[in-house]
Amino acid sequence: MSVTILYTIVTLSAIGVLAATILYLTAQKFKVYEDPRIDDVDEALPGANCGGCGYAGCRAFAEACVSKNELSDLFCPVGGNDCMTDIAGILGLEAIKKDPRVAVVRCNGTCENRPKTNTYDGAVSCAIASSLYGGDTNCSFGCLGCGDCVEVCDFDAIKMDPETGLPVVIDDKCVACGACVDACPRDLIELRRKMPKDRKIFVGCRNMDKGAAAKKACTVACIGCTKCAKECPFDAITIENNLAFIDSDKCKLCRKCVVVCPTNAIQELNFPPRKVKAEKPAAKVEAKPVAKKEKPAATNNEESTEPKN
Amino acid sequence: MSKFLTISPSPHVKGEESVQKIMLWVILAMVPAMVWSFVVFGMGAIITTSVAILSCVFFEYAISRFILKTENSVGDLSAFLTGMLLAFNVPSSLPIWMIIIGALVAIGIGKLSFGGLGNNPFNPALVGRVFLLISFPVDMTSWPVNNNSGVDGVTGATPLGLVKEAISSGTPISQLTDQVPSNMDLFFGNIGGSLGEISAIALILGALFMLYKKVITWHIPVSILGTMFVFAGLLWTVDSEQFMNPMFHLLTGGAMLGALYMATDMVTSPMTPKGQLIYGIGIGIITISIRVFGAYPEGISFAILIMNAVTPLLNRYCKPKDFGRRAK
Amino acid sequence: MLKTFKIGGVHPAENKFSAGKQIETLPIPDMVTVPIAQHIGAPSTPVVKKGDEVKVGQLLAQSAGFVSANIHSPVSGKVFKIDDVLDSSGYKKKAIIIKVEGDEWEETIDRSTDLVKQTDLSPKEIVDRVAQSGIVGLGGATFPTHVKLAVPQGMTAEMLLINAVECEPYLTADHQLMMEKGAEIMVGIDLLMKAIGVKKAIIGIENNKPDAIKHLSQLAKEYAGVEVCALKVQYPQGGEKQLINAATGREVPSGALPISVGCVVNNVGTAYAVYEAVMKNKPLFERVVTVTGKSVSKPSNFMARVGMSVSQLVEAAGGLPEDTGKVISGGPMMGKALVTTDVPVTKGTSGVLIMREEEATRRTMKNCIRCAKCVSACPMGLEPYLLMTYAEKKMWEESEDSFVMDCIECGSCSYTCPADRPLLDYIRLGKGTVGQIMRSRKK
Repeated sequence: MSVTILYTIVTLSAIGVLAATILYLTAQKFKVYEDPRIDDVDEALPGANCGGCGYAGCRAFAEACVSKNELSDLFCPVGGNDCMTDIAGILGLEAIKKDPRVAVVRCNGTCENRPKTNTYDGAVSCAIASSLYGGDTNCSFGCLGCGDCVEVCDFDAIKMDPETGLPVVIDDKCVACGACVDACPRDLIELRRKMPKDRKIFVGCRNMDKGAAAKKACTVACIGCTKCAKECPFDAITIENNLAFIDSDKCKLCRKCVVVCPTNAIQELNFPPRKVKAEKPAAKVEAKPVAKKEKPAATNNEESTEPKN
Repeated sequence: MSKFLTISPSPHVKGEESVQKIMLWVILAMVPAMVWSFVVFGMGAIITTSVAILSCVFFEYAISRFILKTENSVGDLSAFLTGMLLAFNVPSSLPIWMIIIGALVAIGIGKLSFGGLGNNPFNPALVGRVFLLISFPVDMTSWPVNNNSGVDGVTGATPLGLVKEAISSGTPISQLTDQVPSNMDLFFGNIGGSLGEISAIALILGALFMLYKKVITWHIPVSILGTMFVFAGLLWTVDSEQFMNPMFHLLTGGAMLGALYMATDMVTSPMTPKGQLIYGIGIGIITISIRVFGAYPEGISFAILIMNAVTPLLNRYCKPKDFGRRAK
Repeated sequence: MLKTFKIGGVHPAENKFSAGKQIETLPIPDMVTVPIAQHIGAPSTPVVKKGDEVKVGQLLAQSAGFVSANIHSPVSGKVFKIDDVLDSSGYKKKAIIIKVEGDEWEETIDRSTDLVKQTDLSPKEIVDRVAQSGIVGLGGATFPTHVKLAVPQGMTAEMLLINAVECEPYLTADHQLMMEKGAEIMVGIDLLMKAIGVKKAIIGIENNKPDAIKHLSQLAKEYAGVEVCALKVQYPQGGEKQLINAATGREVPSGALPISVGCVVNNVGTAYAVYEAVMKNKPLFERVVTVTGKSVSKPSNFMARVGMSVSQLVEAAGGLPEDTGKVISGGPMMGKALVTTDVPVTKGTSGVLIMREEEATRRTMKNCIRCAKCVSACPMGLEPYLLMTYAEKKMWEESEDSFVMDCIECGSCSYTCPADRPLLDYIRLGKGTVGQIMRSRKK
């Protein structure tokens, strides 16, 4: 009996040693030299493999960092400045600083603001709906509501609001990888500079139709009246194709444009309620419900802060 | 006029076919064989069939409702069909609790764990059957007496089992003739066995209906049965004392049931005619190999499961007839 | 055995309610809207401006490039404005809006109904006349006809195929045109044969139109080399590649044009338009439109001027039924659902199909059960289930390798799918994206 056990031990050990030798030799033979710094950089990266940097994944980005030997056009939007400083530390290079960004949906065409004109019954995909026709409202620029952006988000940072039928970005989770920007066939999502306390001011509209047509399709459409551009003390607003655009790098959150906008197309989010002025737009809404149906900015504000805090 | 016009991409009309209808047709096609089993095995068959169907439908409903929390998919009748197929594959004397376990395995493991109808790589009913066969081999292979069988010998085992035993104990086939039922008995189902496998004629009738309804194409059944015939025929010509004649192989051991109803399951069979032919040939060869050289007297369930696993590969390499691309 | 194409195909319920209905001419409306993009290719450039007086048949917009087409005024009156209007897909497109005054035609147009058979125009002159008259493929694809007639260098046309298949269910415009204008169509075919320099023409007609087959066969006896080919009813036989395959057995290679197998395919309506343009000097500004549907009280075939509102046609066919759920421009298999009936008839409007509510909505999509019905229905030998998955997962390279670009968007796959999967929706997305990728690669 003991002989059997002995044999077993000897045979197994012999196989083990033999296999180990073969493995070692093969590993030596086919060894590929890899810069150990790639592993270090890879370690420092968030590992989300989202592709927000423009590379196929974190590993590819790490390889690019090491091989390029400079970081001027490399930036990981997920890790942000901290992560890039770490990488720069590992490689002994200078990292560029970028302001953190956050995705913003530039459409406020809720069911109330933008009445439906037909029913879409095709495959649930914005890309398909968009290539088929102008959408189920009269605005052929606005959100189609099929949720392509929600589907591509790897971070669960964008959700469909069942009440408005529009996507809502959850600021704390958004890493500005830009997947939703690419996914939106209407080009509604923009990466804007992250402001203190997640405050945002932006034109919530992409309708390039002439004012009257835009207004007819959606009560909160930008009609390109240029009032905001004239009001802005920082030259942050430009008008092109009947559409205002607020440059988030120039905007100082003074909120003057919000006040002058005749259609409430400019949205302000996450601001404390205005002491006096907040009442005014609300009063207007009640007075002329047809002309201005948009919820007052303050309410909007509360709604979107809720999930974050 | 409704509130708004509907907009959708073309096409705007839709064929009459639906998943539910296809399932219904298969169920209808199985009715002759089911009725025959009721005649032959009496109450036992009726109880087995109803228990199998009810428990399959129940598990489908319960699992998708309470565990997966997905939409209820009982309405597409696929669970009903799985239950029926499972019943066809077990002896009528099987204890009820075993049938229920078989149904749980078929629906829970065989189907829903992969994501429901359409995503299962293996035929659910076969998964259930093979699970039962391996777990409870004695109960799964003791067949009740066939009331109509004129042959006394076939009371405890299927013809295939009988032959297997005889051959492995060295008895030449020529001495078995009075024990083995005639081809006519096999054809009409005057033999013992699982519920659905006994009557070739009833199964063929149903299959013709499925062919007519275009639920199945000829490729899979013909290639399976053809291969079995050729392979078994070759062996038989070599030594007719060691190997049974090919007709016997076609008519016993659920070959018909497997080739016509189990292997043709849309979800788990290849999509192109070419793939289907390869798939069928594979099943035929494996079936005969298991029957003749393997430990089990019966092999088609395993053969189908093995080829089910090959199906994705066949789908990948067997492309449909092309139009204008021959140059590439 | 009747001929048909070799693989795939489906046979939807034909529902040709308007068959045999005489072509009616509609009254001219007060206002017409003529879009400047009515064809495949570059939109035309308007040559009139606001306030201009125009006559019927006067040039409104000039072809902007080789693959483009002239557009002529369908009415006489004053140009009211040139503005962006909503097109059938809800996007704004430029159109010329004309306020109608009287019905004054250009003097050069021969308005008599006499059949003119003889001409001494050279092939080049015929093609020029076709280009001048703004003729496009009237089967629905609206590809400029003069481009088709220009046989590329190094290739020779062997035969002309006339597409009189009308494989789309419901539509009867071509059928009725053949019955009423058969003689003119034959002259048109003769002209087309002359233009591309061939001695042989095959008219492909599906077997569900025996009267048209008989009528045209009778007429074809006078013309050497023209024969009528009866085809088995099978959708999508009206696809160019399928028709060639059905009638001649030839296979157009992947990515190539019909001319690569020596064929030029034209629609029967186009042949009629060619006749009118060459012999009568009448540019293309009106066409036969079928207005039909299960609930339509008076399914009819109309001779409609381009720019008329679809709603006028619908009114003439008995008005929009109560239970309307969907209005389609074209046939049910490849037509386009309209957002509103206030869109103009264009050169490509072969029919207006009004579907009832219960037919209009799709059933919910279920899991693919791998029944392979889409594979056997695909006339191009593709694997629609696979292409849909690729498009869903954004696997564009794999899509390309699976020949997504060969898809002719006939819709047989979606039609046949028992699990109600929107196969074509996704394949079209894949085709569009892969097309873009391929174009950007070439640059």
